[in-house]
Amino acid sequence: MIRATNIHKSFGDAHVLRGIDATFMEGKTNLIIGKSGSGKTVFLKCMLGLHDLDDGEIEYDDRRLSELSVEDRRKLRLELGMVFQGSALFDSLTVEENVSFPLRMFTKKSPAEIKERTNFCLNRVNIENANTLFPAEISGGMQKRVAIARAIVMNPKYLFCDEPNSGLDPKTAMVIDELIQEITYEFNITTVINTHDMNSVLQIGDHISFLVDGKKVWEGNKDDVIHTDHEEMSNFVFSSELFKKIRRAVRSE
Amino acid sequence: MFLTRFFEDIGRYFILMKLVFRRPDNAKMYWDAFVRDLYSLGVNSLGLVSIISLFVGAVVTIQTALNLENPIIPKYYIAIATRESIILEFSPTMISLILAGKVGSNIASTLGTMRVSEQIDALEVMGVKSASYLIMPKIAATLIFNPILITLSMFLGVVGGYFFGTATGMVTATEFTKGLQMDYRPFYIVYALFKTVVFAFVITSISAYYGYFVKGGAVEVGANSTKAVVTSSLVLILTNYLLTQLLLG
Repeated sequence: MIRATNIHKSFGDAHVLRGIDATFMEGKTNLIIGKSGSGKTVFLKCMLGLHDLDDGEIEYDDRRLSELSVEDRRKLRLELGMVFQGSALFDSLTVEENVSFPLRMFTKKSPAEIKERTNFCLNRVNIENANTLFPAEISGGMQKRVAIARAIVMNPKYLFCDEPNSGLDPKTAMVIDELIQEITYEFNITTVINTHDMNSVLQIGDHISFLVDGKKVWEGNKDDVIHTDHEEMSNFVFSSELFKKIRRAVRSE
Repeated sequence: MFLTRFFEDIGRYFILMKLVFRRPDNAKMYWDAFVRDLYSLGVNSLGLVSIISLFVGAVVTIQTALNLENPIIPKYYIAIATRESIILEFSPTMISLILAGKVGSNIASTLGTMRVSEQIDALEVMGVKSASYLIMPKIAATLIFNPILITLSMFLGVVGGYFFGTATGMVTATEFTKGLQMDYRPFYIVYALFKTVVFAFVITSISAYYGYFVKGGAVEVGANSTKAVVTSSLVLILTNYLLTQLLLG
């Protein structure tokens, strides 16, 4: 479980996060949703320790981020996996080298063991016959799946995904969503996903936090989304006619 | 405003250097990165350095010969002038300036692209000491390979002078060889190679600083690559003056 308490973060005069409290459950896909500029990515990077907090506390189970030494923070990071919005694969390394990178850097596994674990993760995300290709030689959807494979290769306890299906076609986006959810359940990971994709919200939202201007204004699950009367939340999720019709149909059942 | 920015840059540069020189997480991974950088930053510059050195050596010889067309001055002075110009200034300083452009922009743009595409963040999230892993092997590679490049440059500069000087009939082979051996001071080689090592550190660390701290997108990566080349060239020239004053003055 990850708990964020009273998180504040500013950049110069811009007060981006204004006292967010949120809890992210173990073994569930926890979604953070909100408009562009609502502070989702900054919040995620604060949780990862990539941005220092102005105020507040992040707790990973019983470990307070602010109280960890530099070395303990590094140890904690070995328990984190992250899928970046643009995949962030290393351009100069092949698919296999990208996925095996954390294993080669931090473990004393033999080359055979590293290859076995790498291939297991690549198979798990349905990547085949691409081990020797470079990131520039594979599609955006494949890059996302390789990024997921790299994120889970160290068996993380916590998985973070920043808009994992942005820039993908709806079908591929759905495949990525399902993959993340399956991995979360299979390995009992605490998964936190930033998204503004409404398909994701309704498909994999075990727990949803809705941010507006750096504040959490609503939380619930995918069923609560349909039935909520919270105006800002409804306007955000059901902004398109199609989603409005779906909502009316579901509520009338 | 300019002064604030200037001191801020200096402070951040030294903080970065402190982050760079940390104990590696995994020696083999650093070694692999070092070998990759040795090739991309060093071996890849061999062709450029060789061609420039050969022709500059030739030009120095020809110009010296044209300016010494006096029957009282012996022809072997052409070789002495060529040797001193090449060893003392052209190879260590001018080649280093050229490398500041080639290697410096390569380092700044590579690290800058990694920064804006979140590859450096990805390393940090994994727990990798990103500054150390990305920059230390580059500094080690240039500190080791630049003296080799400069030594080659000295050799080819003199060879170029000899070949073109004798081929054009401006100086005979005997006179040129005599001049090369006359009043030779081995310390000049030590001085040149010492300068080279200092310049290699200046070029690599300053370029890495501008690349590592890029904020924005492609435009900022380009702008910071330019700043990296300009700043490392200016610092190199200033360092050259200080070292010359200290070691030869």
